[in-house]
Amino acid sequence: MSERIKRAKRIDRIMTGVFYGVAIFFLVLLAAFAGKVIIGGFLGAKPEMFGFERQGTIGNQLFNTLYLVFVALLCSVPIGVFAGIYLAVYAKQGILTKFLRICIETLSSLPSIVVGLFGYLVFLVFLGMGKSLLAGALSVSILTLPLLTTTTEDAIRGLPKGYFQGSLALGATKWQSVFHVILPACIPRIMTGVILAAGRGFGEAAALLYTTGSGSTLRWGNWDITSPTSPLNLMRPAETLSTQIWNLQINGQDRALANLASAVLMLLVLVFNLAANAWSRNIESKNSGDQS
Amino acid sequence: MSEEKAKAKFSIHGLNLRYQNFHALKNVNMDIYEHKITALIGPSGCGKSTFLKTLNRMNDFVKGVTIEGKIQMDEKDIYRQMDPIELRNKVGMVFQQPNPFPKSIYDNVAYGPRICGIHKKAQLDEIVEKSLKQAAIWDELKDRLHRSALSLSGGQQQRLCIARTLAVEPEVILMDEPTSALDPISTTKIEELAIQLKEKYTIIIVTHNMQQASRISDYTAFFLLGEVVEYAATTDLFARPQDARTEKYITGRFG
Amino acid sequence: MKTKRMQGMFCKEYGWRGLTIFFGLFVIVLTIIIGAFLVYKGSDTFLTFGHTIWEFLGSAQWDPADSAEGGGQTGALIFIAGSLTTCGLALAIATPFALGSAVFMTEISPEFGEKFYRPIVEIFAGIPSVVYGWVGLTVLIPAIKTIFHRQVGHSVLAAGLVLAVMIFPTITTVSADAIASVSQECRNAAYGLGSTRWQTIWRVVIPASSSGIITGIILGLARAFGEALAVAMVIGQTTAIPTSIFSTTKTLTTEIAAQMGNAMEGGELKSALWTMALLLFLISLLFITLIHHVSGNQDKEEK
Repeated sequence: MSERIKRAKRIDRIMTGVFYGVAIFFLVLLAAFAGKVIIGGFLGAKPEMFGFERQGTIGNQLFNTLYLVFVALLCSVPIGVFAGIYLAVYAKQGILTKFLRICIETLSSLPSIVVGLFGYLVFLVFLGMGKSLLAGALSVSILTLPLLTTTTEDAIRGLPKGYFQGSLALGATKWQSVFHVILPACIPRIMTGVILAAGRGFGEAAALLYTTGSGSTLRWGNWDITSPTSPLNLMRPAETLSTQIWNLQINGQDRALANLASAVLMLLVLVFNLAANAWSRNIESKNSGDQS
Repeated sequence: MSEEKAKAKFSIHGLNLRYQNFHALKNVNMDIYEHKITALIGPSGCGKSTFLKTLNRMNDFVKGVTIEGKIQMDEKDIYRQMDPIELRNKVGMVFQQPNPFPKSIYDNVAYGPRICGIHKKAQLDEIVEKSLKQAAIWDELKDRLHRSALSLSGGQQQRLCIARTLAVEPEVILMDEPTSALDPISTTKIEELAIQLKEKYTIIIVTHNMQQASRISDYTAFFLLGEVVEYAATTDLFARPQDARTEKYITGRFG
Repeated sequence: MKTKRMQGMFCKEYGWRGLTIFFGLFVIVLTIIIGAFLVYKGSDTFLTFGHTIWEFLGSAQWDPADSAEGGGQTGALIFIAGSLTTCGLALAIATPFALGSAVFMTEISPEFGEKFYRPIVEIFAGIPSVVYGWVGLTVLIPAIKTIFHRQVGHSVLAAGLVLAVMIFPTITTVSADAIASVSQECRNAAYGLGSTRWQTIWRVVIPASSSGIITGIILGLARAFGEALAVAMVIGQTTAIPTSIFSTTKTLTTEIAAQMGNAMEGGELKSALWTMALLLFLISLLFITLIHHVSGNQDKEEK
């Protein structure tokens, strides 16, 4: 009897050790990974790499990344938020709603290269856009759409029931309740979703491979948006940080540049994720403060 | 009552228990007798459940608990001379909410023997049958042992949990308000079961139903604000309470 | 006056409701269009160029003509085998570690787990795949070369390791959620019967959360299957069936990424690539169905 218990306790101790081992191993691995990419990237960089030249710099790519994600979100945020409101407020239980959910799930599990191909087919082949920032941004917006829809729906469903009913009871229409009560209350949560979607957009490369091309020639100060070298032109090819890394590894001589691009990209994603994290924690503590 | 004949299973001396700053049990001294049913009664928050949990050290999982005093089981100090795992093998517990594992009925009962290292099918079959019979639920369940335990009714689930406890062959069974979530018919069944089981086991039951305490228990302890106000044979305690607070409580005037 | 205001109110209500319905429908239509396009383009291999489905799935002869005449061979078995081996390897490496981490952050050290471990793991779920690929290329491949004394570091092993690190956060967080949702009563019951912590975890908590854990594994697998560029950087891009974990090979996604740009519009190569994209789409549908099946079973059991 007591021999058995001793054995059980020994196994218990060993397994506890194993779990600590696994956790520590991964913390070290992930810390080493982040350290290697970020610190290694910046240490190996030459100062001129931070410029905005046609080659050998990351400035234009960084701008393209931010601009592309901005345009992508401009398209996907309204669609995602409205679709989320529909699901949370208006949708009735039925085949259509069920099907919509399946569609969202399907979209969210699509490999990004497939979305890239779809974007290539529709925007380039059928609409004849040519490799352009807009085509890439639209492809990325498809990728971020499911995330935005589900965060919006969850945010609305997470609100106390009384919010909505209280407003309806005052004689407000559903839309008035949504607009004046629901949306203001869940904007912080939706913003967390938007930040996460942006983080996903920054890193996207496979969907951009055949949609944005790899142009990085920008003439700063040229604000004529129809000119092919204007930074603001939506129809010009645009290399982002992630596609730059990809291109550099194909024909790649400039390792230090790719390291720097990785570092900047990772830093960007890290900052956005930390912001989303801090933001949602802030909301949680505020909400629990309200309740107590 | 023939107290001198009964042997003390647990003897508790000067037990004090604190949750951080909250003094939950104050200087508890009592003997709990073998093969008897001891009922713990008192208003909510009086410490009776806390007391029950100290007897198989389930309080070890609660953060910030400090315990002073001595609890002996068969002359062994359960906090200093016994391992919690060993103790819980001997002191089984039935909880307020029926809590079967999301496994089959068979696997629920076989869980205890299995963690004790019994893996032979024939031996397990025998233990499962014996335990379910002891818990008076064998006839209801023998044809669907491999169905999920979650498909049973609340009363059946609770008796299954008792069977699961019996399968470990404990010496003591702690019951923490085992019928509070059940309907009257299931409650009666559990009460009858408890009376049958005291032949072989020592049973300690927390209840806030005084009729239940007087129906089934041999001894009753009345807890109030962490103190044992009165502890006596059930018939005496209900017929001739010595303390004015006990009398007030059992006649329903506060609590 | 009042009725006019009311009318305006209702017009607005209908207008806005219409808008939300429109965008809801938009999502549906978008998904259908994506599926339809993939079917339309992907079926050319079979309809226009006359290959059979069995040839596509079961033959390792890959030599499609890059022209509209066709006449080449479109056996995609190499890529299917490449995808399966890399993802299988990634899963085999990542799952034990991910489960261990999930248990650590929920059962062993919940406070540290929730405050630090989970956020850190979640951040790593968001790291771009090209960064993983680039680190794999610059760190992992030289390491494989020196450790195993290989001429070439690019290999199924390298791809499996990169994918394993990529899907580790997915499996960990989903499993941890599932484990955390096992009721405290269940744990109490196990401890009350005299189980050690390990016995409780292994015999009660993990079986009780198995459907959530399987969902996490499928989600991880789906992510690994769809990953293109990180794998392409480290797998060596050779058109051959992998024979060992040191072989170089190709996967469905890496072949699409590598060839789509050079292939002629309307040619046999291009349709074969589209068929591979269609296959990826169908696989992701399969994963969704599996997840529904797993969680559906769970619900049934609980009833």
